[in-house]
Amino acid sequence: MVVHQLADREVDRIFRALADTTRRDIFERVIGQGLSVSSLANEYEMSFAAVQKHVSVLERASLVTKERQGREQIVHGNVPTLRRATALLEAFEGIWTGRAARIAEILGEEGSET
Amino acid sequence: MTIISTVTDPEVLSLTVVAEFAASPERVWGVWEDPRLLERWWGPPSYPATFTRHDFAVGGESRYYMTGPEGDTSHGYWRMVAIDAPKRLEFANGLAGDDGEPVRDVEPMAAFVAFELIDGGTRMTALTTFVDEAQMKKMLDMGMSEGMTQAVSQIDGLL
Repeated sequence: MVVHQLADREVDRIFRALADTTRRDIFERVIGQGLSVSSLANEYEMSFAAVQKHVSVLERASLVTKERQGREQIVHGNVPTLRRATALLEAFEGIWTGRAARIAEILGEEGSET
Repeated sequence: MTIISTVTDPEVLSLTVVAEFAASPERVWGVWEDPRLLERWWGPPSYPATFTRHDFAVGGESRYYMTGPEGDTSHGYWRMVAIDAPKRLEFANGLAGDDGEPVRDVEPMAAFVAFELIDGGTRMTALTTFVDEAQMKKMLDMGMSEGMTQAVSQIDGLL
């Protein structure tokens, strides 16, 4: 598959931070609602410290903010609307480029029939 | 197959993907019209789609579900708005409940697909427009991980 023009587009920095599955998952969880680091930590089979580290990477990419509430640190998604929309559109883009690749496979297989 | 371009417009919430195939427009049209071919590409490999109904006529509706790695299913539907074989089709693509019937409180996505005869094949342009972020998120729950993974791997290649 050849991808043209993608390089011409401004690549959103957030995808560096989102290259990791766990961080992507954390980010998805906190987009709509604030969650404490400890409740996030409960969701993964890794240490509290490891989850905290992932949160820090997201924080450095300005994808999340942390807010202290009593003894808890609440993680909020922090994505300006356009960046959030871009991220969502990128996800659909992935879906469609995958579809195009599969269509090409189907057409290739049946090429001898035409 | 060549992806010619992908354009995302976050201001109006639209996505345009242009791809070229080394096959006639009739054959490319066929992968949309024939539900057995359609279900081989509509869903990602981790969430293959099964079309239980595919009324490929104006006003006609389709019902499908996607099956995840753990046997989980999510349902969706199409409603055909315009069909001009083998040049253009337009349909609404929405969420359905566990009973397979459309969920009314989530607006469907609008899809416009054009097929052009080009030298040596077909250029297919697929435009999807969205209503708002809430709708996009709900729709993404169907095969979310796959889409994100692919988008991210493309971006990673450029960094």
